[in-house]
Amino acid sequence: MMVKTLKLPEMITEEKLKDLYKEMWLIRYFDEKVDQFFAKGMIHGTTHLCVGQEASAAGSIAVIGRKDKIVSTHRGHGHCISKEGDINKMMAELFGRETGYCKGKGGSMHIADVEKGNLGANGIVGGGLPLAVGAALTSKMKKEDYVVLCFFGDGASNEGSFHESVNLAAIWDLPVIFICENNQYGMSGPVKEMTRVENIADRASSYGIPGKVVDGLDMIEIMNSVHEAVEHARDGKGPTLIEMKTYRWKGHSKSDAKKYRTREEEKEWREKDGIKRFKETLIEASILTEETAKQLQDQAYEEIEEAVKFAENSPEPSLDSLLEDVYA
Amino acid sequence: MTTRQITYLEAVREAMSLEMRENNDVFILGEDIGVYGGAFGVTRGMIEEFGPERVRNTPISEAAIAGAAIGSALTGMRPILELQFSDFITIAMDQMVNQAAKTRYMFGGKGKVPMVLRTPAGSGTGAAAQHSQSLEAWMAHIPGLKVVQPSTAYDVKGLLKAAIDDDNPVIFYEHKLLYRTTDDVPEESYKIELGKADIKREGTDVTIVATAIMVHKALEAASELEKEGISVEVVDPRTIVPLDKETIINSVKKTGRLIVVHEAVQRGGFGGEIVSVVAESEAFDYLDAPIKRLGGKAVPIPYNPTLEKAAIPQVPDIIEAVRETVKNK
Ligand SMILES: Cc1ncc(C[n+]2csc(CCOP(=O)(O)OP(=O)(O)O)c2C)c(N)n1
Ligand SMILES: [Mg+2]
Repeated sequence: MMVKTLKLPEMITEEKLKDLYKEMWLIRYFDEKVDQFFAKGMIHGTTHLCVGQEASAAGSIAVIGRKDKIVSTHRGHGHCISKEGDINKMMAELFGRETGYCKGKGGSMHIADVEKGNLGANGIVGGGLPLAVGAALTSKMKKEDYVVLCFFGDGASNEGSFHESVNLAAIWDLPVIFICENNQYGMSGPVKEMTRVENIADRASSYGIPGKVVDGLDMIEIMNSVHEAVEHARDGKGPTLIEMKTYRWKGHSKSDAKKYRTREEEKEWREKDGIKRFKETLIEASILTEETAKQLQDQAYEEIEEAVKFAENSPEPSLDSLLEDVYA
Repeated sequence: MTTRQITYLEAVREAMSLEMRENNDVFILGEDIGVYGGAFGVTRGMIEEFGPERVRNTPISEAAIAGAAIGSALTGMRPILELQFSDFITIAMDQMVNQAAKTRYMFGGKGKVPMVLRTPAGSGTGAAAQHSQSLEAWMAHIPGLKVVQPSTAYDVKGLLKAAIDDDNPVIFYEHKLLYRTTDDVPEESYKIELGKADIKREGTDVTIVATAIMVHKALEAASELEKEGISVEVVDPRTIVPLDKETIINSVKKTGRLIVVHEAVQRGGFGGEIVSVVAESEAFDYLDAPIKRLGGKAVPIPYNPTLEKAAIPQVPDIIEAVRETVKNK
């Protein structure tokens, strides 16, 4: 059934909206869980949580299809879940287990699902942008007609790779949508101190492509904006730069005293919670009730608990695997 | 000299702070080095003391900040660049290799680039393939760069002063797992000349030349082996460019046996250079056993902690290598 009261792209059915609501909770619970495990010292290494940023992942990926691709970042658990990622394999990877997405060799920063079109998280800030251009080039040269959503942070937009990639995609009219998740900070560097432009999307004009600023906590606006950019790309008109204003609720990574921002600012942003807003919108449109919303949320929680069990019961990789997969 | 115990990390900070108090041309730039205190906390408190002009928080732009360090060095400043992880040198590489290293020579002996690029290297933190590498051999290959790899807090302080005082670009590798180790360190400023190895333990049966964290693993192995009656000498080159060939050669002449250990991938690693230096020297005639090299496996650093440890030499590997080397003693 089509959703009448909300102006949305055609493929976004009522069912899809409910799925998306649950998906947002999956993302949040997944990262909340990971946060607890790190705090308890149950997982080693580091991780970057996207709690608070669920909407930009879920909303953007909602409007692309199975054959389309994404390029993710170090803060990539949400992107992976939204691109139909297997949360069991994700959790197992964080536990360093053989059943994990990377057979325990990659960890949080390298989760990828190439078959499903997720070309991977990335430990190098700005490292994914050129890859997205290449993936879009394949689509064009082989006439595969897929588009690429390229996620990156506000901090990454100050890397040379950002500028080189957007320009290259622009001159070749490649089907890539550059999605800047502007969560206001790099590791600690405030976006206001690290660039002189008001909006990162303003940089689009330097490359002669459309740029758009979007409320990164508003699922409806996200879906419509990304959909428009995707259509533009599918029509062979090239890339768009979309900036989504959002906020990460947690620290940058495992250890962060958050001295570079205030607790008041955090509170203000938390009140704008993207999940809560989406729920209110769906209830207003009579797609959800408080009760059905709660059910979806609880289902998400259950699935994460299951993923934890799966991970805990999975075997460690064998020592022999150390030398495998260096070359194809 | 009054000494006290401080950590390797504190020694880095202290050496920088002492120089910055002395010389207004010395400043530091890097990502998140302000109130955050740097990814590992090395610069914590420095922006409060020196202010944002001299502790410059930069955007995430490794090519530009490396180049800015070089350009400012060329024109009279003495910058210290903190590169958040040594893996990101790839992005700063053009500036370091094609600019910093070559400027003076290309210009026919004019201009100089007195800068230090400090950066944490090595595995052991579970940060996986893109945050755990040991790429010092790349830098050592480039004429015009100097390369320092301190293993103790004492060495850090003296070598960092020497690096800051040096009129050339110096790559200063800090090992992440050594940051929390402590040592007796004098309060005053002092300098350890670049190119002077340190014999960290004297011995007579076999020489182990080890760098960075492997110095500690070699020392641990040496204590174990002592119980078996094997006397191990541990030589820490401290700087691989310039390299103190003499100390290494003399040690091998004394012991007649050589093992080289580093964390970096063995293939193409700096160990090959050290071995060649010995093989080409008069110490060759003193060798009583084949030389051995221990280095990282030819794989990216994996995430799983067991695999991660297995990717690089560990104490039992060193013990095993020594036993084999001395077996026909
Ligand atoms: C080339 C490179 N430089 C620095 C880092 C260290 N680092 C990891 S994440 C990060 C901040 C990135 O900020 P942004 O792009 O805004 O993404 P966010 O973390 O806010 O999601 C930094 C500096 C890195 N991983 N790669
Ligand atoms: Mg950011």
